[in-house]
Amino acid sequence: MRYLRAEKEPDLAPGRPFFRDEAKFAAGKIAAFQYFTLAVFIYLLLGYWDLQVLNEEFYLEKAQQNQIKSLPILAPRGKILDRDGRVIVDNHESYRLILSRDNLRPAHLRPIALGLNIDPAELEAKVHRYRNQPTYFAIPLKEELSPDELAFVEAFRGANGFPELELIKSQYRVYPKDGLAAHLLGYVGEISDAELNSPEWAHHNPGDLIGKAGVERYYNDQLSGIDGQRQVRVDNRMNTREVLGVKEAIPGRNLKLTIDLDLQVVAELAMEGKRGAVVALDPRSGDVLALVSRPAFDPNRFASRISAREFSELVQDPYRPLFNRALQAQLAPGSTFKPIMALAALETGAIDDSFTVHCSGGATWYGRYFKCHRRGGHGTVNLKTAIAQSCDVFFYAVGNRLGIDTIASYAELVGLGAKTGIDLPGEKEGVVPSSKWKIRTQREKWYAGETISVAIGQGALTVTPIQLAYAIGGIANGGVFMRPHVVRPEQPEPPVRKAGFDAENVRKVVDGMCAVVNGWGTAAASRIPGIEMCGKTGTAQLASNELLRLKNSEDWHDNAWFVGFAPGTNPEIVVAVLWENGAHGDMAAPIARDVIKAYFDKKARMQKLAQPPASLAAAWLTPPGAGKENR
Amino acid sequence: MAVYRSVRNLDWTMILVALALAGLGILQIYSATIDTAWRSAWWKQVLFLCAGFVLMWIMARIDYHNMLGHVPALYAASLGLLMLTPLVGSLVWGSKRWIPLGFGFKFQPSEFVKLVIVLLVARYLAELRSDRLEGRDLLKLGLLVGIPCGLVAMQPDLGTSLTYVPVLLAGLFFGGIRWQHVLVIAAVAALLMPVGWFMLKDYQKARLETFLDPMRDPMGKGYQVIQSKIAVGAGGIWGRGVTRGSQTQLRFLPVAHTDFLISAFAEEHGFVGILVVFGLYFLLLMQIAQNAQAAPDRAGMFICMGVCSLLLFHLLVNAGMAVGRMPVTGIPLPLMSYGGSSMLSVFMMLGLVNNVRLRRFAA
Repeated sequence: MRYLRAEKEPDLAPGRPFFRDEAKFAAGKIAAFQYFTLAVFIYLLLGYWDLQVLNEEFYLEKAQQNQIKSLPILAPRGKILDRDGRVIVDNHESYRLILSRDNLRPAHLRPIALGLNIDPAELEAKVHRYRNQPTYFAIPLKEELSPDELAFVEAFRGANGFPELELIKSQYRVYPKDGLAAHLLGYVGEISDAELNSPEWAHHNPGDLIGKAGVERYYNDQLSGIDGQRQVRVDNRMNTREVLGVKEAIPGRNLKLTIDLDLQVVAELAMEGKRGAVVALDPRSGDVLALVSRPAFDPNRFASRISAREFSELVQDPYRPLFNRALQAQLAPGSTFKPIMALAALETGAIDDSFTVHCSGGATWYGRYFKCHRRGGHGTVNLKTAIAQSCDVFFYAVGNRLGIDTIASYAELVGLGAKTGIDLPGEKEGVVPSSKWKIRTQREKWYAGETISVAIGQGALTVTPIQLAYAIGGIANGGVFMRPHVVRPEQPEPPVRKAGFDAENVRKVVDGMCAVVNGWGTAAASRIPGIEMCGKTGTAQLASNELLRLKNSEDWHDNAWFVGFAPGTNPEIVVAVLWENGAHGDMAAPIARDVIKAYFDKKARMQKLAQPPASLAAAWLTPPGAGKENR
Repeated sequence: MAVYRSVRNLDWTMILVALALAGLGILQIYSATIDTAWRSAWWKQVLFLCAGFVLMWIMARIDYHNMLGHVPALYAASLGLLMLTPLVGSLVWGSKRWIPLGFGFKFQPSEFVKLVIVLLVARYLAELRSDRLEGRDLLKLGLLVGIPCGLVAMQPDLGTSLTYVPVLLAGLFFGGIRWQHVLVIAAVAALLMPVGWFMLKDYQKARLETFLDPMRDPMGKGYQVIQSKIAVGAGGIWGRGVTRGSQTQLRFLPVAHTDFLISAFAEEHGFVGILVVFGLYFLLLMQIAQNAQAAPDRAGMFICMGVCSLLLFHLLVNAGMAVGRMPVTGIPLPLMSYGGSSMLSVFMMLGLVNNVRLRRFAA
């Protein structure tokens, strides 16, 4: 069909008005269209005016925020060393995996979870928790990838596999294996929301790794260092185009503990498979030489983002592996309280050297018959034999003479019923009962019969292992009490307390404790040839309500205590041992013996090494010429 | 009678304005792609410009009445090409819009169909020989434009298919639509809106939602608009300078050399640069409208105003989306955005306008 110009073929069809094919008819409409065009331009220009003239600064700042990023430079955490400078806790570099939510596909979650040995349901729940966060918040998936997990990620990362996987290099803590010193060292973890809101962690940011327990927590500020920052100009893919400024990270300081790894290992081995705690102190300085709590956990599990299931298993374990027994187990001290009783009695003058008691296997006080632990009785005992053989009847009489409030004041004087102030978190006070205490807590008056139980370390009296070591160490040190610490303070500290005990009285108590081991005492089997070890056993009954809770019959056994020190005068080491359900105190004594023996063995070894070399070696070692000048 | 059909009788004002805009576009393409994989785009654009210039001359030379005579064949060929595109087209960003030509060049039929639509509307309305449109004419013309429109929308390329609509609307306006019909069409459109919503693809819905509220998904769908607004705003009054716009150079601004070229330009040249560009565009459109006024017959007027309305629509949607005043659609900015098909088709349209101009005294 060919187009025909209209004017060549005038339209004369009837019914139609005359028609001329020209553009003039539209002149008005074209003008209208031009005004419409003008309106469109004004509309557009207003849009540009609004952004470029009215809001220039706002958008300039946004453009700056887009391109200038502060990337953190993570400060390596300080190492933890023992007193000889041996590394206990180290760092190593590893990869952590995050799930980017910008390009997350729900169908990928299951294969990813299976490939990384994560519970798929747990991963889905995690993704669900993040649903209200902006999509550029990535989800931390797993830390410390194992080689096969790393291989899985390498194989499937990228646009054709699971583009949501991203690897980030980071540093991890390496703790000793098998939970060695786990409670002492603690562990690190990501700061929780609750911690972020508490004043203690006010200067921390979400995502920071902080110490969660033990030394890691108490000395977090020293260990953590200060993260640096790198200001960079980036493009839309976060590729760095230009480095604008660098603030280097300040690495965390290495922390030297007073712990002696040799003693710690000996104590750990001695406690293998048992429940309880060992605390070894140097009473002269307060240095903690070893601190063990068993059962333990593996801090390395925490370093690699412990799974919720694993954590709840640890929390729900009836033997409470996360519980630091050395600082937190508040238990009746049993007979280990007797040296404190003896000292109180001597100091107050309640008894003198001639004081003796006849033990026939028990005695009646205030209408109730109290048994001695030896059924046949000890016969006539004086202070020394009463301590050595742990005669209950003797101390019933002593307790009765002293009265509860005098006992309480001496117990408090040697540090019971209060925190020792050790530089570790979570320490407990224990309980020193007194008449005031009973009115305060139970709104009842004190009955004299209760004093009799307290006199042998039972009843309401509870102590922690660290308190016991501190108290006995302080007494053996002549009444000078040093605050226990795992890190030596920068300035030498004055003693917490100088009790001013009569040296003669202290000697009498120590003599009794020497007889426990070296005489015919309750721990005679733990004697160490050549070393004067003193100590006291304790066998503490569990409270009856505790018995009901424990179903396992082995758990009904008494708690075994031992607290010992050596040598008898100016002691260098004091060791408190708690073996839960260990049946009898003489079972705990060998553990303390092992630690004390290890201490003196090491001391002898070090002295031998420090001795001047034999003459031939001296000739070898002396530089030529040095000898001539001496002559 | 003198025949004013030599080169000097072309509308040189319009051509120079178009060249100035294309030149600014090439400068901006150069700046936006300076260290990207697209860094050769600017000289390709120069080649397209030269080719466009030749095509414009050819389009000006062939009497548009002859072209109008071939509209049925052109229309049939257009439909054929549009139906061919999904079969042989190359898939880019989820849609098949291009037919590969070899040597790395691609051909976008929907761009050239614009010319056919302009001619089709002009011929249909000129042949009516009436100043009033009847209902059946509306339906016929609507159907004729609607078929290619639908084919392009199915590629899917809703943006380009929408560019055919203003040609139709302008034609109806100048052709003498009755206000009763306008009311009926408006009512039907209002009724079809909810139905149309269900027919939109998810990404199209998302774009509309994002247009209404860009912050609802700042890192996802709203990203382009937010980054574009930041780019425009950061340009300020005087601009950040060529190759100095951080949004453009660090590639926060998406597709800065094609769809969002105006944002890149606004960032680097500021509001002053925008004023210059908009001034040039306004001059261009007014010059085309001027040629419509001087057209020798109705068909010529329809052709010019079809081109004029189409360019205005492009400008409104593209420049409007850069500042968040229009939804995001992949419509290029005529003359400035990188793209051969767009460049060639715009210059061919300008050729049509010149064609009408050259024949204004023929009677």
